[in-house]
Amino acid sequence: MNTSSHVRRFAELRLTDRPTVGGKGASLGELTFAGAPVPPGYVVTTTAFEAFLGVLDPDGEIRTAIEALDSEDTEAITRVVTPVRERIEAAELPEEVASAIRGHYRGLDSESDTPGEPAPVAVRSSATSEDAEDASFAGLQDTYLWVRGEDSLVENVRRCWASLYSVESVSYRRRLGLPEHDLAMAVVVQRMIDPRCAGVMFTRSPLTGDRSVVALEASWGLGSALVSGDVTPDKYVVGKVTGDICSRTVSAKLRQHRMDPSGSGVLEEDVPEYLRDEPCLSDEEIHELVRLGRQVESHYGAPQDIEWAISRNLVPGHNIYLLQSRPETVWASREKAPVASPKARAFDHVLSLLGGAGSGPGGSTK
Amino acid sequence: MNDARPAPRFPLPSELTDVAGAEGWASMYPYYTRFQPGDDQRFWFYNAMHFPEPMPAFDAITAEAPYTALGANTARMFVFPTTLGIEHRIVNGRVYITANPVTDPEEIQRRLAEFSERAGYYYENWDELYQGWVARITALIDEVQRIEVPRLPEFEDPEVVFQAKGVAQNHYVRENYHRLIDLYSKMWHHHSEFLMLGYGAYVVFFEFCKTSFPEIPDQDVARMVAGIDVILYRPDDELKKLAKLAVEYGVDDLFVEGCEPDKVLAALAARGDGGRRWLEAMDAAREPWFNMSTGAGFYHHHRSWNDDLTVPFAALPGYVDQARRGEPLDRPTEQLTAERERIAQEYRSLLAGEEEQAAFDQMLGLARVVFPFVEDHNFYCEHYFTTKFFAKVREFGELLRDQGVLADAEDVFQLNHTEVGQALTDVMLAWAAGSKPVGSAHVRETVAERKRMLDALAGWSPPPALGPVPEALNDPAVRMLWGITAETIRAWSTPTADGDHEVRGFAASPGVVEGTARVLLSANDIGQVREGEVLVCPVTAPSWGPVFGKIAAAVSDIGGTMSHAAIVAREYGLPAVVGTGHATKRITTGQRLRVDGDRGIVTILD
Repeated sequence: MNTSSHVRRFAELRLTDRPTVGGKGASLGELTFAGAPVPPGYVVTTTAFEAFLGVLDPDGEIRTAIEALDSEDTEAITRVVTPVRERIEAAELPEEVASAIRGHYRGLDSESDTPGEPAPVAVRSSATSEDAEDASFAGLQDTYLWVRGEDSLVENVRRCWASLYSVESVSYRRRLGLPEHDLAMAVVVQRMIDPRCAGVMFTRSPLTGDRSVVALEASWGLGSALVSGDVTPDKYVVGKVTGDICSRTVSAKLRQHRMDPSGSGVLEEDVPEYLRDEPCLSDEEIHELVRLGRQVESHYGAPQDIEWAISRNLVPGHNIYLLQSRPETVWASREKAPVASPKARAFDHVLSLLGGAGSGPGGSTK
Repeated sequence: MNDARPAPRFPLPSELTDVAGAEGWASMYPYYTRFQPGDDQRFWFYNAMHFPEPMPAFDAITAEAPYTALGANTARMFVFPTTLGIEHRIVNGRVYITANPVTDPEEIQRRLAEFSERAGYYYENWDELYQGWVARITALIDEVQRIEVPRLPEFEDPEVVFQAKGVAQNHYVRENYHRLIDLYSKMWHHHSEFLMLGYGAYVVFFEFCKTSFPEIPDQDVARMVAGIDVILYRPDDELKKLAKLAVEYGVDDLFVEGCEPDKVLAALAARGDGGRRWLEAMDAAREPWFNMSTGAGFYHHHRSWNDDLTVPFAALPGYVDQARRGEPLDRPTEQLTAERERIAQEYRSLLAGEEEQAAFDQMLGLARVVFPFVEDHNFYCEHYFTTKFFAKVREFGELLRDQGVLADAEDVFQLNHTEVGQALTDVMLAWAAGSKPVGSAHVRETVAERKRMLDALAGWSPPPALGPVPEALNDPAVRMLWGITAETIRAWSTPTADGDHEVRGFAASPGVVEGTARVLLSANDIGQVREGEVLVCPVTAPSWGPVFGKIAAAVSDIGGTMSHAAIVAREYGLPAVVGTGHATKRITTGQRLRVDGDRGIVTILD
């Protein structure tokens, strides 16, 4: 599949591509580059957005008008942006942009885990500015799930773009005084996974900070049940060095969140009784997740906090996906004194411990 | 640990009553082994690891001699700063122990000054001193074998007269018996010589790993330190060699599951050249490698492989089968060494910085220097020497039998070691006087009574501990060897939440398997173990090693992650849960079990 400046596949992207593909797109690209099985996808770049907007607003008049708005004057904002959004949602895409989006979608379709149907994708905005990291801004942007077919995809890309001109978005930018002319948005298009189970993985212990273990939590269905605290997940602790599963807690998992394939929503429901006390993960899956976690950790050079999912439809060996990886922050921020320092003679460590130093081998000796 | 449950409560020594039918048990043991009134204020635990059965009168020496030597080593010889020695008591035939700590900071400092110099000398010269140790212990083993038990002929040898020796044989009855006991005592001093220092070095590394990696499994620490070329594995290696030879010599068909050693030996003798060559090879392996007790070396009736070939012949069929199929039998030592190194290097790379890595290198380095002793002393002391020691005591038993004091030579073990001295004196006097020993009636009655009492005592379930639980139980050696911590004690004293279905212990070797239980209370029954069973036992010893080739998992009442069951299970890659406290009481042979060696849980599935 040829790529263009309008559309770039995850596999081609690195973190440094953030200015054109946004934070979300760049980090999925980097994760893919790290060798992780990220659900396949691509990014409609800011270049595509600019090409689109260039046709719609060739002289930048719209943007100049918006920039002149008062953040408090919601009425005026509404008056100005409503027709803008309508125009964005209705406008034809420039031919090269449209064909790139459609062509890449057909490429994804061939990787579908439900062959024969158009691949369901998630369409998400991916903001490019640092400020956009702010949750209050990110939260204003749109995500569309279960998008099927080229036409629907193009429509939803436009809806993402249009969301930049929602009243809330514009008020927010005006409040911060952000320039409208630099504003651009990338859109991530990613194959959707219908997870049998999902969860998180820390490549160090969240309880003790121990860097020699990987801690996994898993529950049925989508990871949101676990993240929101709606369910007590299964827990596993795996030694990095030996791969041994050091501890394994299978919980009664009463609730699950499930993709609602009929719409864009998520169903929250009770777990069928026969599944509640069953472990979500096989040992093989645990070992594979840990292997991937370590690979990603070593790629980034720091412990990671990873979201993962296991597809309901694909066969073992091809069903594990990593959805996101972030650096672990809680323990990373706690600087610790060295547990022990070398001593003049190796056996000074023994003298120090058996000499009643008490708390451990770190106690000092003469 | 911040736990609101009430402190566990164990019976006080004074609250224990004599076992019915064994009211006279105290007569078997010396007075200094009895609980004293003040002992109610101290915490004691049942040393089921070394003494899982009631003590026959003579065998009480296997507690007395070690504690004489061990305490001397820590309290007086090396002057350990925070600990004196261990005291032991016997009640209803069971050995309870307690350690005497040093808590006064000034006293600790004073002892530390001495300890630093003395321990430092051993650590600094470890390899050289250890070589000397091997020479000393080997000489001691030679010496015990050379002890002669006098025959007491009607007339002295003429050379006693013509070489003017002037001393008659009955004198040597006592002298040689005393020398036997003295050598046993000396063996225990040498046993202790390096042991606590060895554990100290290991514990330092262990604590460091636990602080750096709070969730590191104990077994991973052990894996970084454990030796590859360890004498402990040698007897098993010899069996593997013999299995290969059986195939090579075409006598492999004789080794089948459940085969009886005597019949196999007879069949081999009738097998011509191949059989003869195999028997020669076995004879060559027997000294010293079959001097392995089927127990831990603390009971006279835990015979060695040399005394009873059941254990090696229980292991041979499996090995022969593997050899026949061309499967490799040799331990992949290079691979094991590489894996040990990989584990150590990976943990090292996870440390916070160069400073910690340098400390890690020092501690791991020292642990590996000391570990050959920790791993190998057992063969020399508890197995090789002790096998020869009990054999020699048996010879004195034969003398007592031949002189009419005992009905059976084996009955000598129903007398404690000072009583054996008295019985021998009786024989010496009678031989000199030309009369019969007066003990014949008296001693035989005592023997019969004590056998009855031991049977009754065997049915008693000793409480795992006695007396008030101390606030902190931190003795490194106790934790390592016995697997006893504040948590275990709490587990012992609290009924498990999951009713009767779960037994919890230490996760000693990873993996989860299901299998049928085989509960073995005595090492003598080891021949009953069948392929794929889960071995459930009070404690395992190195000589059980070969059986690990056929079991699916191991569960023990007693033992920490450095106990033999744990070491051997890891070596064989089987799940093991040790230190459960009471698995042998909760589980019966034939039950389906799930052994979770990752979490230390045994689930009874039936």
